[in-house]
Amino acid sequence: MGSIVLDKVQKKFGDVEVIPPLDLEINDGEFVVFVGPSGCGKSTLLRMIAGLEDLTAGKVNIDDNDVTEVSPAKRGLSMVFQSYALYPHMTVRKNIAFPMRMAKVPQDVQDAKIEAAAKSLNLADYLDRKPGQLSGGQRQRVAIGRAIVREPSAFLFDEPLSNLDAALRVGMRLEIMELHTKLKTTMIYVTHDQVEAMTMADKIVVLQAGVIEQVGSPLELYHTPRNKFVAGFIGSPKMNLIEGEEASKHDATTIGIRPEHVSVSTTEGMWKGTVGVAEHLGSDTFIHVHNTGLDTGEGDLFTVRISGDIAVSHGDTVYLTPQMDQLHKFDAQGLRIA
Amino acid sequence: MAIVATTSRFSKIAWPTLAWVVALIFFFPIFYMVLTSFKTDADAVKPEFLFSFTPTLENYANMTENYDYWRFATNSVITSVLATLFALAVGVPCAYAMAFNPSRATKDVLMWMLSTKMLPAAAVLYPMTFLTKNVFGVFDTHFLVILVLCLINLPIVIWMLFTYFKDIPKDIIEAGKMDGLTTWGEVKEILIPLAWGGIVSTALLTFIFCWNEAYWTVRLTTIDAATLSKLIEGNRAPEGLFFGRLSAVSTAAVGPIIVLGWFCQKQLVSGLTFGAVK
Ligand SMILES: Nc1ncnc2c1ncn2[C@@H]1O[C@H](COP(=O)(O)OP(=O)(O)OP(=O)(O)O)[C@@H](O)[C@H]1O
Ligand SMILES: [Mg+2]
Repeated sequence: MGSIVLDKVQKKFGDVEVIPPLDLEINDGEFVVFVGPSGCGKSTLLRMIAGLEDLTAGKVNIDDNDVTEVSPAKRGLSMVFQSYALYPHMTVRKNIAFPMRMAKVPQDVQDAKIEAAAKSLNLADYLDRKPGQLSGGQRQRVAIGRAIVREPSAFLFDEPLSNLDAALRVGMRLEIMELHTKLKTTMIYVTHDQVEAMTMADKIVVLQAGVIEQVGSPLELYHTPRNKFVAGFIGSPKMNLIEGEEASKHDATTIGIRPEHVSVSTTEGMWKGTVGVAEHLGSDTFIHVHNTGLDTGEGDLFTVRISGDIAVSHGDTVYLTPQMDQLHKFDAQGLRIA
Repeated sequence: MAIVATTSRFSKIAWPTLAWVVALIFFFPIFYMVLTSFKTDADAVKPEFLFSFTPTLENYANMTENYDYWRFATNSVITSVLATLFALAVGVPCAYAMAFNPSRATKDVLMWMLSTKMLPAAAVLYPMTFLTKNVFGVFDTHFLVILVLCLINLPIVIWMLFTYFKDIPKDIIEAGKMDGLTTWGEVKEILIPLAWGGIVSTALLTFIFCWNEAYWTVRLTTIDAATLSKLIEGNRAPEGLFFGRLSAVSTAAVGPIIVLGWFCQKQLVSGLTFGAVK
């Protein structure tokens, strides 16, 4: 079991309110991702759930028990840190055994669990090494191993992959997702990488300045962002947000169109512009178009994503046509117009 | 290239030479003291007898027969060891709290602790003597010496430990919390093993400071709790200028600490530099 309910939780550091009172429900077995720009309070919120940070106000409930005043150790949660936070003076085996030793698990059970964890995480050959003798990826595996053996009611991850190189990150991402499929334990995962958020989450929580901007499945956020912030934050490359005259034509203050929902032609189309940078990735082409005459908030730069390759280069004139059914409209407050 | 080569050859010779010169200047008084301790009191005052004299063990024999060196030495060991242990017992939790749960006042508290070292000891000599003698009746007891040694060293102990503890990543302590450690568990399972080198350095240095302390140990004791500092002090004046005897007493008093320092050089250097030198 691992359902977590945050009831008007608030956090102030001194006079600075980092998290204004906030409600959130996390169901048992869900994979929830907290995303948001740096400094928006993702880690703080996670640490409040963990018990590592006191609440200024509000309540944390785990499985319908109020744990607001309960120490981190007794909440039955495991945490994986960005810095791995392994015990440097203990071997891998002792690191993994540590939470079980604290819980006074019998030695034979401990050994069996270490064996199993080491096998599933490919650590069997490293059990007698110290963390200092391991690579970053191996260290993160040990940290995950240490988290698993406790059989927590929920896992908390704070940017666990951000110290790893790109290739390893993709691999570990898959491992964590497989782990979730296998264990079906609640996981809360903090990241500012929205690819991780989109691929891993059952439910994404988008935060800005401590405020929840939207909660929803990855595709909900992608197709129906509740406001301009979520629209711009979810999706890569970013959604084009256009204000001014073009927007008024649609009775909106701002209209948004994702780069992948625009077609490009060298002969005709709705908006005309010149190619600035064209990024040819093979599978996709990102074209950054200037001189469009559109008020996009970044001058008149407009980004297009074309599947496959297209022969355009710097200085070419192109015509852009948005798919009208994929247009997002926002009002003066930045809220979505249905 | 040529210049670089000359410079480095120069510095290869110059720095070690300088180091030796400085070391010898510092070492000379100690050498002189040890040498004098093997002279008769008569020889001791004659500078021309620096090397040419008949060595004698008379001073040392005299010392153990007439002055009960071993009692003073035992007192020194007891008070220094216990004061060090108590200072650590108070200092470790205190530095732990300040390093890992700092409040707004932490910096000020640390500064305040250091500032107590700026108070001239002589300023509180009268109240200390009066209170311990006439009010609390603890004058010349081990308890008093241990308490005083412990208290005067606590600021340094806490500062040193604080500096070492601060180097331990907070995440590791928090991982421990998540894994089920109590506060005492954090100290025992994580803090002490990870800061062990620093704790040992701190302990050694504190022990040396306690052993060498002379102002209070001389003034707050007479016989029962008197330490080696008191023994040296006692041999200084009353019977005239007995340099041979005084040197023997001093040698016997500082001997243990020099030997200890010699064997623990590395730990001490890291202690005195707060771990800055690898
Ligand atoms: N101990 C603290 N004292 C004061 N302010 C703090 C403290 N911890 C965090 N903050 C502030 O709270 C805000 C949120 O911090 P938090 O670490 O939760 O951000 P984050 O979303 O995790 O950012 P990042 O993606 O960079 O990790 C920041 O503005 C930060 O400066
Ligand atoms: Mg963070």
